[in-house]
Order: sequence, then C-alpha cells, then structure tokens
Amino acid sequence: MSSQTLSAGPAAETENGQEAVVRLTDVRRHFGDTPAIDGVSLTVRKGEILGLIGRSGAGKSTLIRCLNGLERPDSGSIEIEGREITGLSEPELQPLRRRIGMIFQHFNLLSAKTVEENVALPLKIEGWSREKRLARAAELLELVGLTGKAKSYPAALSGGQKQRVGIARALAAGPALLLSDEATSALDPETTASILELLKDINARLGLTILLITHEMEVIRTIADRVAVIDAGLIVEEGPVWSVFADPQTATTQNLLAGVRPGLPQTVAARLVRGPGGTKAGETGAGETILGVDLSGPEAGTLLSGLSVELSGGFRLIHGGVDDIQGQPVARFFIGVPSADGAAAQAIAYLERRGAKVEVFGHVAGHA
Amino acid sequence: MSPVMLELFFRSFWETVVMTVASGAISLVAGLPLGLALVATAKGGIAENRAVNLVLGAIVNGFRSVPFIILLVALIPVTRFIVGTAIGMWAAIVPLAIAATPYYARIAEVSLREVDRGLIEAVRAMGGNRWTIIREVLVPEALPSLVAGFTVTLITLIGASAMAGAIGAGGLGDLAIRYGYQRFETTVMVAVVAVLIVLVCVIQWAGDLLVERLDHKS
Repeated sequence: MSSQTLSAGPAAETENGQEAVVRLTDVRRHFGDTPAIDGVSLTVRKGEILGLIGRSGAGKSTLIRCLNGLERPDSGSIEIEGREITGLSEPELQPLRRRIGMIFQHFNLLSAKTVEENVALPLKIEGWSREKRLARAAELLELVGLTGKAKSYPAALSGGQKQRVGIARALAAGPALLLSDEATSALDPETTASILELLKDINARLGLTILLITHEMEVIRTIADRVAVIDAGLIVEEGPVWSVFADPQTATTQNLLAGVRPGLPQTVAARLVRGPGGTKAGETGAGETILGVDLSGPEAGTLLSGLSVELSGGFRLIHGGVDDIQGQPVARFFIGVPSADGAAAQAIAYLERRGAKVEVFGHVAGHA
Repeated sequence: MSPVMLELFFRSFWETVVMTVASGAISLVAGLPLGLALVATAKGGIAENRAVNLVLGAIVNGFRSVPFIILLVALIPVTRFIVGTAIGMWAAIVPLAIAATPYYARIAEVSLREVDRGLIEAVRAMGGNRWTIIREVLVPEALPSLVAGFTVTLITLIGASAMAGAIGAGGLGDLAIRYGYQRFETTVMVAVVAVLIVLVCVIQWAGDLLVERLDHKS
C-alpha cells in the first residue's frame, strides 16, 4: 500500500488552506414529510478523522450515504475532491464510489466468498486480473493483521476479524476517503479499541481521510480529530474534539457526553441544598459547598495542586479530575469545600483567577 | 415380473428421469432469471419497476393457478408447435417445463429476497453495477437456498410427470395407471411406488449434500 495510490484529484481549498475532500453545502433530504437531513453544511479536510455523532434517527446514516450517492439529497451541493456529485447518474457514480471506501456496523462481508475474495472484490469490479488482485488482497490482509485467514470464510471469523476484513476491502481500491458507518457498534469494548487503533494507524500511515459516524462519544474521543454533532438533521456543534469535550455548547452534546464526562454523583446531588452553605444563622459550618470546575488547556494540569496550596483548610475531591484529550489537558471535577470561614469564596476566586469556569451547585450538611 | 414387463419398467423409469431432468433444466434456466427479475423490479429492488413487476407477477400467478392436468391439455397447440406432436415423452416436457418455470421462479424469488440488503449496499458502495450485484451477491449468496428450492422443484416434477401419462407421455406414473391399476397387476404398482420413493430420496439426499457443501454461512 503506497501513498501514491491515494493521490487526490483536483481539490478545493478550505478556509484555512487545507484541501477539502468533502464539502457539503445546505444538503437536505426528506422522507415524506420528515426531514432526515435539514440543511447540513460540513467540510471534511484531507487527512483528518472527522467524527459525526448523533443519536439513532438523527440523520447521520442518511448523510454518510449521500457522500457516495447511495442516497440522493433533495437539494444542496455535495463536492467530493472538488467535483459536484449531486447531478451524476448511477453509472457516473460508480467510478466515484471506487474512490470512497466504506465499512459497516454489520461488516457486510459476502458469506459465499473467502476472506481474500472479499477483499479483492472491489478490484474485480475494477477489472484487475485474478492474480494481481489476490496479490493485492494479501498485502491488505497483512496491513490489517489477518495474513493467515486469506482462505477462510467470514463465518469462521470473530467480529473484530470480520471488521478487519471489511477495512481491508474498503482500502483495496486505494480510496481517497473512508466512510465508517458505526463500524464498532457491534463489537465488544476491547475489540472496539483494537479496530479504532487500526483505523488511526491507517490514517497516520496512509494519510487517509476518514469520516466516521457513531453514537458513542468514547469512539470520537479515542480516534477523531474533529467532531460534528448532528441532531434532528442539523449540525448543532462542530469543533476540535478536546474543545467540544471541554466545553459542550448544546444540550444534545452534553447528553451525548454524559457517559464519558464526569458528572456530579447522584448521592451528592440528592442531598444538595441550593446556595452556598454555612451562611445561615444557627448552622454549624460543618457543611460543604459543592463546586463544579471546568478548564481546558495547559493551565488545567496544575489546577488541582494549585488549589490545594491555596486552601489551607483543604478540600475534598468528589469526582472527576484531569483528562488528556488529543494531548490537551482537560480538567473537569467536582469538589466539596468547607463552607465555614469563607473558604468557598476563596476557592471560587482562585479558580476563576486561573481561568476556570466554576459552577456553584449548592451545599450539603456535614460530609457527603 | 416377466422380461417384457421388466423392459417396459426400465423404459418407463428412463422416461420419467428424462422428463424430470429436461423440464427441470428448462425451469432452472428460465425460472432463475424470472425470479431475479421479480426481485430486481420489486419495491426497493436494484431495478425497481412497478409496472414490470406487476406484469411478471400476474403471468407467474396465472400459470401457477391453473391445475397441471388442465394446463397439459390447454397447452396442446403450443406443444404441437414446438415439438411437432402433442403425444409422447418429448411432448410432455413442454407443459412440464412451462408449469415448473413459474413455480421455480417463485421459489427463487423467495431465496433471492432473503439475501441481506447490507451486502447489496456494500457492493454498490464499492462501485458495482446491477450485473455485479446479481453475479457477485444475489446468486452466490442465495445459492444454497436456490439449490434447495431446485430440489423441491425436481421432486414436484416427478409427481407431475405421472400426470403427463394422460397425453401418452409414458413414464412410471403411466405404467402404474395402465398396468398396476387398470390391469390389477399389484406387483407393478408396488414396484413403481418403491422406485419413486427411492428416486425422491436420492434427489433429496443429493440436493441436501450439495446445499451443505455450498453453504458457508455457518
């Protein structure tokens, strides 16, 4: 597999000078009265891994199928490597599809063909001789780590191995773009990690542009450079993964992030009383004020240690910490600060001075 | 059984085999494309065409709804046109093939429809055209089921060929009626039934074996 097979055609430039492999402008697709895609504009840059995330029914499957003409949009423009594809006929789309590899949630391998025949099928369609295409299939199987399985039938493989065959097949014709349709959703977590590792490796080694759709934020976090969040047929948020994780702007994104981002534990939330504690007459001051803290960037790494120096009375880390996303420290944690003696106010002042976003949830009596 | 009877028996057996195999082969060659056409033109198919689908469906249903014994008689002019005569084994092959073709087309349609749509999508996504989809996906993926369906068709044809005796086609069914039933030669009747049972079993067994060889799904 050499990089010249990936040579891009005439490509448009994006705003910041990078080539765009895909450029969608105001794409719409309706099924009856329900809009599946309701005006999506999106650019996939050459060499990047763009993650498109949304709940099921958000329109992501329809969108990804518009890119290789399996679905046709009602309106809008779709450019692949600078070429408008919306007006193309089915026979005109066929050579274009060979420039776009696709992998699927349920692998979609042909059960009647051996592993090598599956991988070689795109080349058979291109008219390669049997000898040449099987030689190429062997190279690809080596790339995905399945050298010994060439003569097996897909039924004899595990889910992870099947997806590796799917990836090898998608790469066979030397595509400029790889579309991944929930490629890891049918796999267990360990296999998911190894498949994502493989995709990342292929992206790095071959410079292959990847657009993946998923409903799992963990996938985005592991592999994507940028993320676009789709909801009800619209892109509601888009940006570098670390920044979307650090500071999600919409409720949709926050909900999707709920599983992979620290949240206030239920046991604490249940006992919360609104407002900072220890200020009412008669309170002992033994309670804690609960703060939520968010900060991303280089400062985030030293935020907790700095706070422990600042607060002589100490504080309690309830949940969360500092995470590394795409090499960016992203801090998100929940702490309990003693309500007495203005410690809470002091903590808030310090954290805000460091640039963090602080949310006062309220207070709990005694220790949480 | 007398030597004459025995010779008649073997000739009848041979006639049954020829009628079944010949009409079976024709039904395969004509029925499979018809089944493919039914699946391809159906809603959501690779060559969706409501009008063509309705017409094909109506033709298939038309032939399927006529009882074979009536079809046999109704097709006499057609048979005479094709074979030159309406009597005998070769003449019987025409109505047998015409009856078996829509029968197998429906069986093939069901098999082809069962092919996972995701596989068709995958091959479309890699730039395959309709012909690629038929050759690389529909037929190979449905092959075990197509073979199983063909086995059923062959066995049905053995039964139907007995009725063809009504137009002097010969065969084991004819023998059983004329000698076994009308002349009360019970030995002939029993022998015919025994041979038919063996024949059906052998075809079924061979079909099952082939299906097992072809099926890589598990």
